[in-house]
Amino acid sequence: MLAATVSSGVVVLMGAVFLACAVEMVEALTIVFAVGHTRGWRSAFEGVAVALVALTALVAVFGPALIHVPLTWLRLIVGGVLLIFGMQWLRKAILRSSGLKAMHDEDAIYKETVAELENAAPATNRDRIAFVMAFKGVFLEGLEVVITVLTLGTSAHRLGLAAITAGVALVLVAIIGAIVAKQLSSVPENAMKMGVGILLVTYGTFWVGEGLKVRWPGNDTFLLAFVGIYAVVCWVLVSVIKPKSPSSPVKVDA
Amino acid sequence: MNDRPPLIVRLIKGFGMFWWDFLVGDTPELFVAALVIIGAVALLSQTWHANTVAVITLPVLAITALTVSVRRASNAAKRK
Repeated sequence: MLAATVSSGVVVLMGAVFLACAVEMVEALTIVFAVGHTRGWRSAFEGVAVALVALTALVAVFGPALIHVPLTWLRLIVGGVLLIFGMQWLRKAILRSSGLKAMHDEDAIYKETVAELENAAPATNRDRIAFVMAFKGVFLEGLEVVITVLTLGTSAHRLGLAAITAGVALVLVAIIGAIVAKQLSSVPENAMKMGVGILLVTYGTFWVGEGLKVRWPGNDTFLLAFVGIYAVVCWVLVSVIKPKSPSSPVKVDA
Repeated sequence: MNDRPPLIVRLIKGFGMFWWDFLVGDTPELFVAALVIIGAVALLSQTWHANTVAVITLPVLAITALTVSVRRASNAAKRK
């Protein structure tokens, strides 16, 4: 029973961190590829390296600091943040799955970034534009990963495991990305986003309850019930709002 | 004369803007819903000690908030 309780919590935690990290990495990698191919790899890699150092520093500074916050308050605040963040992800993924919002198109983003870079000043040995673009792409996408790792990791008292999982996702996506190069658009990004959204809302609901002293039946095992419930809700919502006649996606704000 | 605000002001403003975009952004209804959910469950769990009702209410309110937000966006998209 204890093993089942521990493993269900760990599985959901690792799944949420891995998927969130992988999705954000795909987006960051698209920008880095565009920068590298257009302006040269040296400055692109420098931008990536500095962004990774900055993100690691954020985890190193805020991770230990968060451990000193009382667990009840930490879980309530983190639960609230994850609930909002997860619902935002799910909303977007549901609208995309139903065809009411255009899919996130990595090819289009790649072309846009390349066009922007080609119009910029010509590349030199130390290319400031390439450095800044690569840094911004990795840092901004990585910030969401850092928040996910810190909030999930500290609240579950498993910051090390969350950080290792994020690291594994980062390396895996980087390797796969390097192999498939410009075919990142074939990654089922929306399905992954839907998965992350479900896991974030699951943890958000669970920890808001824990922070408010709600006693969940079966303790951590109830996380799996939430995953199932929210997955069914998403499937129902996609089916209900899907337009009857196929048409081109309409742009939805947000 | 430099009209730019001091670095510390810009940093605080940037930090605030980041969290505003992150939590509120284009879906203020979800932010408000989360506050309502926390308030309602706090009342149920801590004031009235109704644990079973809180266990049911929390996910039901989250699902309702998500449904309302998705419905609003889908109706807006279909009107366009």
